[in-house]
Amino acid sequence: MSNATTTTPPTHWARFRDSYLFYSFKHDWIAQVCFVIFVIMVSAALLAPWLASINPYDLSQVFILDSELPPFWIDGSDAKYPLGTDALGRDMLSTILYGARVSLIIGFGAVILQALIGVTFGLLAGYLGGRVDAFLMRLADIQLSFSTLMVAIIVGAVFKATFGGATYSEHAVLLLVLIIGLAEWPQYARTVRASVLAERSKEYVDAARVMGFRAKRIMFRHILPNTLSPIFVISTVQIANAIISEAALSFLGLGMPETQPSLGSLIKSGFDYLQSGSWWITLLPGAVLVVLVLVINLLGDWLRDVMNPRLYKG
Amino acid sequence: MALLEVSHLDVRFALRQGEVRALRDVSFTLDRGERLGIVGESGAGKSVAAFTILNLIAKPGYIAGGSILFEGRDLTRLKPRALQNIRGNQISMIFQDPMMTLNPVLTVGEQMIECLKAHRRIRSREAREIALNKLRQVYIPSPEKRLDQYPHELSGGMRQRIIIAIALLLDPDIIVADEPTTALDVTIQAEIMSLLLELCEKHNVALILITHDLGVVSQVTQRTLVMYAGRVIEQGPTREIINDAQHPYTQGLINALPQMASPGSRLNQIPGAMPPLAKTPPGCAFHPRCGFSTDAAGQRRRDCREDVPAFVTSGNCHVACHMVRELVERDPVEPGEAS
Amino acid sequence: MIAFLIKRLFHAFLVMFVISVISFAIQDNLGDPIQQMVGQSVPESEREALREELGLNDPFLVQYVRFAKNAMHFDFGYSYFYNQPTTEVILRHLPATLELVAATTLLIVLLSVPIGVYSAIRPRALLARFFMGVSTVGISIPVFLTAIVLIQIFAIGVTFTPFPSETGWGSWLNDLISTDGGMPAYGRGHELTHVFGTWYTNFAGWDSLIYLVLPAVSLASIMLPLFIRLIRAEMLEVLQSEYVKFAKAKGIGMRRIYFLHALKNTMLPVITVGGVQIGTLVAYTILTETVFQWPGMGLMFLDAIERSDIPLIVTYLMVVGLIFVITNTLVDLIYGLVNPTVKLTGKPA
Repeated sequence: MSNATTTTPPTHWARFRDSYLFYSFKHDWIAQVCFVIFVIMVSAALLAPWLASINPYDLSQVFILDSELPPFWIDGSDAKYPLGTDALGRDMLSTILYGARVSLIIGFGAVILQALIGVTFGLLAGYLGGRVDAFLMRLADIQLSFSTLMVAIIVGAVFKATFGGATYSEHAVLLLVLIIGLAEWPQYARTVRASVLAERSKEYVDAARVMGFRAKRIMFRHILPNTLSPIFVISTVQIANAIISEAALSFLGLGMPETQPSLGSLIKSGFDYLQSGSWWITLLPGAVLVVLVLVINLLGDWLRDVMNPRLYKG
Repeated sequence: MALLEVSHLDVRFALRQGEVRALRDVSFTLDRGERLGIVGESGAGKSVAAFTILNLIAKPGYIAGGSILFEGRDLTRLKPRALQNIRGNQISMIFQDPMMTLNPVLTVGEQMIECLKAHRRIRSREAREIALNKLRQVYIPSPEKRLDQYPHELSGGMRQRIIIAIALLLDPDIIVADEPTTALDVTIQAEIMSLLLELCEKHNVALILITHDLGVVSQVTQRTLVMYAGRVIEQGPTREIINDAQHPYTQGLINALPQMASPGSRLNQIPGAMPPLAKTPPGCAFHPRCGFSTDAAGQRRRDCREDVPAFVTSGNCHVACHMVRELVERDPVEPGEAS
Repeated sequence: MIAFLIKRLFHAFLVMFVISVISFAIQDNLGDPIQQMVGQSVPESEREALREELGLNDPFLVQYVRFAKNAMHFDFGYSYFYNQPTTEVILRHLPATLELVAATTLLIVLLSVPIGVYSAIRPRALLARFFMGVSTVGISIPVFLTAIVLIQIFAIGVTFTPFPSETGWGSWLNDLISTDGGMPAYGRGHELTHVFGTWYTNFAGWDSLIYLVLPAVSLASIMLPLFIRLIRAEMLEVLQSEYVKFAKAKGIGMRRIYFLHALKNTMLPVITVGGVQIGTLVAYTILTETVFQWPGMGLMFLDAIERSDIPLIVTYLMVVGLIFVITNTLVDLIYGLVNPTVKLTGKPA
């Protein structure tokens, strides 16, 4: 019996259960609360079409007469709309669910794109060194000194001027993923490059090279796995950043159109009604955005403390 | 009355995993102008002892008991302000790594003058003169130039000389030197050590020299204290300890010296390693590594395993060992006989 | 020193070159000046002649050199919308943005250093933990949302009535948590004082200064947490260093240790990060100016995008690029002067 247990390799679940990551998660109530909220928000957003009482994209379901109704705790609310309605008469709860879905899709999509570009460039720069390294890092420097948000705004502006407002709105999700992905790759590239430089000098890479493995194989099979924990940690922060960037672009009119709103464009469209007293149209999606970003940031803080990777400073 | 009288000092670190006792029942005295060596492996509590003398133990460490009497005042009970007046003034300290000890963004002069100004009402010009004078005493070439230089412009040996000059600035009564040559090139180590010895003798400054190097201790100090796992296990005149160590651990240390081994043979090392402070065994902390803790039948002696040995006087030395106690009780050694 | 300057200047030129190529590419591909100059009714043959005359059919490189030459003289053509030289339009909007940035920087410096240092000196104090908590939340709130909330609270006013307002204490508590609003929130006000040229200032009197309060606080709210966290982290690390212990062993007063020995070493990395963050700050001015209708460059830029005013967009890019390059070079220079371990001869460490 004991023989059997020692020979079978531990399952992934068992390895995860015994890991330090899981241990520290069990002992950190902030991480637990954040994780639960995050899971609830993500699943609610993904299930929006089934959870929401109306489809805000479908104008036939919207009654303009019901516009600007307050949320349930204020006099004059309507039980049909627990969080009130916006200026078009759309149910706030439904628009927020749909909006969060759009924000999350763009956030995750942009981070995947950033990671693809950044990791590839970082590996190339770190492994090949020389001119490639100098060129890519100088590019990253310039882009970062301009700040990622600035780059995103400029790229967004150029796209909008190139394609025209209507086309831009039509393909907004794809374009936003592209814009934010292009704007934020340097974060990944720098971190990956730093870890590659540290890993490259280690003996196992020399050993792999002596054994005659090709550069590509060494990079992806040997170096990349060792850079995973910093990539994992910055990814959480980057998702939060991407969601904020999307909201900022939408707020500036360079993002999601009002007909297909994200949290950012909901805030933007509600802002005009702030003066008329309908604060909930802008502040409720705002609150959802803040909670979403906050829990991701707190989870990122926790991950950084636990995994303690070599991160690029500055 | 001794200049410095440390008794029953107990220092602990309150860590998340529990309390770690770094110093247990450490007692010793130091007379004016005397040079005392504190010897032990890394992790034996030597550095903690050094920092505790100036009451510089930082959180999570704290002094849990005992006293440090300096000129009759208990440093463990002094107010921060009064302590500050003693530090750098009457008791000064030399740190291990001169590359890390000086502040990189302040000039050598600023770091010397601020020390003078912290303790004396003095004009900048006067302070500068004193600083220059001290730099000359530690044989620093072109001292005027050095005052305006930053630490990174100077070599490690030069920096340690400057640190010695800072330690001597206010003509202290005691200098605590925590492994002052460990981080230096071997070629400079002897130079710095003899400089320290020369200055202490010349100015009649008492020295507490913390080191793991018995060779240095034998050349510089008059008395020696051997530490193991946070306790003092043997103390006495340096010459007696080097020539005729009583405690099995001290004997092991001396036998491990390269000069004790015949050329070409292996060094005589003590088997095993010192346990980390959190895992100090009960009884005599050394017993798991001790060749004398087994009885005739090959069993560990009960007293070594369970009882912390008390000090016995053997000659001019005080030794904390059950085996030595038995020997002394059987055949007392009169003080002075051994030397 | 000279070598350092030359190296920095070379880098600055390189960056400006990249920016100018991008700007020119935008102008070349998106702006059709003929369309703007003559309108729809002019026949194609005439347009072609005009294109030839203006050199728009020249090779890319020739056109770029012409663009770069003009750029050296700050000549970027005319704004489609304003029908004025774009540099004039920019100059008119520049002071508003610079004043907003100045006020924000002042707030950040005045608040982040004391709070960061305090949180590092007393990391376990209740107040320090409170600051850290607020910083974490602050980092997660987008700047335009902070701006909206500030407008709601201080400009519009909020009325909370959770306590029974019939009773004396109830209405007193209700008043306590409610606000009247009334703070000016939009634009720069009408009390501006003329300084010189196109520079009108909000700093000259209380009546105009109050217009700066909400925008500057919003803009600061996003950078402040970052700097507080950074200063605290660096200071904590420095306080663990051997040289701080040695300073204590020398009997130096704690005040001098904290504010000279530790702070000077803490601020070195902060200066570098501060330089990088200037770019972020300028980006956030676009958002802040949009919310508060602050008539600065950011708002102008956004309007230019809305109106496809390509020359103005390109000029904005070039000017902002120039601002970044100048500030980054200055920050590097300051860093080199403050940090004695950097010899101003080669690459800063």
